[in-house]
Amino acid sequence: MATAASSSTTLRGVGAVASAKPRSAAAPVARSARVAAKGSAGSARGRLVARNAVAAKADEATAAAGSKSGGHEVLMFEALREALIEEMKLDPTVCVMGEDVGHYGGSYKVTKGLSDMFGDLRVLDTPIAENSFTGMGVGAAMKGLRPVVEGMNMGFLLLAYNQISNNCGMLHYTSGGQFKIPVVIRGPGGVGRQLGAEHSQRLESYFQSIPGLQMVACSTPYNAKGLFKAAIRSENPVVLFEHVLLYNLKEKIPDEEYICCLEEAEMVRPGEHVTILTYSRMRYHVMQAAKTLVNKGYDPEVIDIRSLKPFDLHTIGNSIKKTHRVLIVEECMRTGGIGASLRSAIIDNFWDYLDAPVMCLSSQDVPTPYAATLEDATVVQPAQIVAAVEQICQ
Amino acid sequence: MAAAALLRRLPASRAPATAFMAARPISDSTASLTIETSVPFTAHLVDPPSRDVTTSPAELMTFFRDMSVMRRMEIAADSLYKAKLIRGFCHLYDGQEAVAVGMEAAITRNDSIITAYRDHCIYLARGGDLVSAFAELMGREAGCSRGKGGSMHFYKKDANFYGGHGIVGAQVPLGCGLAFAQKYKKEDTATFALYGDGAANQGQLFEALNISALWKLPAILVCENNHYGMGTAEWRAAKSPAYYKRGDYVPGLKVDGMDVLAVKQACKFAKDHAVANGPIVLEMDTYRYHGHSMSDPGSTYRTRDEISGVRQERDPIERVRKLIYAYDLATAAELKDMEKEIRKDVDAAIAKAKESSMPDTSELFTNVYKKGFGVESFGPDRKEMRATLP
Repeated sequence: MATAASSSTTLRGVGAVASAKPRSAAAPVARSARVAAKGSAGSARGRLVARNAVAAKADEATAAAGSKSGGHEVLMFEALREALIEEMKLDPTVCVMGEDVGHYGGSYKVTKGLSDMFGDLRVLDTPIAENSFTGMGVGAAMKGLRPVVEGMNMGFLLLAYNQISNNCGMLHYTSGGQFKIPVVIRGPGGVGRQLGAEHSQRLESYFQSIPGLQMVACSTPYNAKGLFKAAIRSENPVVLFEHVLLYNLKEKIPDEEYICCLEEAEMVRPGEHVTILTYSRMRYHVMQAAKTLVNKGYDPEVIDIRSLKPFDLHTIGNSIKKTHRVLIVEECMRTGGIGASLRSAIIDNFWDYLDAPVMCLSSQDVPTPYAATLEDATVVQPAQIVAAVEQICQ
Repeated sequence: MAAAALLRRLPASRAPATAFMAARPISDSTASLTIETSVPFTAHLVDPPSRDVTTSPAELMTFFRDMSVMRRMEIAADSLYKAKLIRGFCHLYDGQEAVAVGMEAAITRNDSIITAYRDHCIYLARGGDLVSAFAELMGREAGCSRGKGGSMHFYKKDANFYGGHGIVGAQVPLGCGLAFAQKYKKEDTATFALYGDGAANQGQLFEALNISALWKLPAILVCENNHYGMGTAEWRAAKSPAYYKRGDYVPGLKVDGMDVLAVKQACKFAKDHAVANGPIVLEMDTYRYHGHSMSDPGSTYRTRDEISGVRQERDPIERVRKLIYAYDLATAAELKDMEKEIRKDVDAAIAKAKESSMPDTSELFTNVYKKGFGVESFGPDRKEMRATLP
């Protein structure tokens, strides 16, 4: 299944020519890694690149990785770890810094064992000083290294906001292009299991207007590994948003090397009636709701937008042109979240294609409460998604 | 000789000036001269370097010339600002030239320097030229940051000058990151991270110093103490204004920042120390004649007598001038000619910079990302600009 039916090897999404063939909702689309030929345009090193990582339809019980050798099962944190190890082996300028990433092995085990493999100069335990070690990561990047800065929880990176906004995001511009800042800033965020207000934050809404920054959110072991590798290789500063609750997701991923395009959205489930745009953990709530919706006779198209900045308006637009109805399901708060910006971008660009108002389901504008029932009420639940689709499709 | 009173020691090999020396050209000899610094170094947790600084006539002449160019540039920038050719914030360095010039004399272009927003002269010291400096100040495309940075964002990557930063104190963690990269790449070079007495109270400095000490990074934190954090005197902002001691477990050195030779000696000492042992703090006791920026008259929080007093007693250029006379390296007339020539060069550079055009509107969207996406964002009315999708 590794060779794709489509002969197109150009990147879809940003910068690519629109594919003439419409996607057929009926044809089962396996999780295929379309392996491009050597010297492909997307990879910085001309390596095998998997493009258009397409997820299996939700109906299929297990997604078969389109890998020649069968693939191997990993949990999400292991996928991230694999990505980091591969990139650190490939490029000696890649290093990791963060709290407890070294000897402790990482608070979510993403860097487990790396300290023994690569030594203390490449896997750096920092003191609890986000502002300065993020700044140091940026400074090291100015001088040619490719640091990965781990925030133990994304919320802690608020302390480093100045470094991320002014130095990480803007130095390439204010220096007239002299310095590039190829850092990757990553960490878990989102609402977890009763972690309390300060440990349940969604920083993508705060970072989204920083010019010069690129943001991606991973949601499966497959795209976690692919996006992390792509982020490390990218010359832009990239913030990779992981989710606390997704680290133990299990999936089979290819044995051979692959990366995912940072600017592309992922088609999770092709459909005809409504476009549901989501990312990170909410993808799973959406897919759960999709089961119910299919039973009720609806055919939702689910897209995991993955790229939070810039939006993949190409994929999103093609979907809207087909379905004419949009529902955004996000974990950000209603005010100023990713959904708010996405809704605005859709209205600006695809107004003429819409048959219904763009709906956006977001978390409530409250600090995340501790009590379990209240915490569940803070985020969007599948039942609300079902109700919203029914309303849109009236 | 009156000049001898200034110096504690004359090298034995050098005869005192005689009348018929007046006709010879400006000395460019590289013969070694040993001169004592104005005051001894004060040290914290380390043995201070010697007060005797080795220099040469050629180097002294270079000091004079470089500092004069810097002085002239800053004064010209003052006039340009008042003529509204430079807008926004403009922080001038006149009075502090000895720090930039002395540091440069002690290190190589492989060492890195990073500073805050009072960066015009350090840019020059690192090999930047006057035209690109003035063009950047006036927002022209010939500027060193293509007109997109402004006064506070001068950079010169090929000379390892990392800017040019507007947020007080944020450059110090960046500087420690540069030092980390130097250690990572085994470069045997050091990073000088400059900041002011105002920034010395930023928490991120102590965080970065802690990490640098733990990881033994070749980071030299240089506090350019001009005694005022904008309008707040140092004793009102810092419980302990002994900035060289505030590294606590990190050694420190207090230096007369108006004495270019002392600065040179201290920076050389600091570089050797940092490469071998890890971070060190330097406090340069210096002074700025202008206010904090062009929006600040500079006289509401200090007296004019104080400013003129420092100018008379401690001016860095005058100190070198006296040394030049004492060692008979040039006559007053020659120095005056040099200054006139420098003034002409600066004026010519300004004229050339004025010829450069403003950046094209398309430049608004370049360099936002290293790898761009071909997307241009436009205004809401769609008349001038539109979002073009790839």
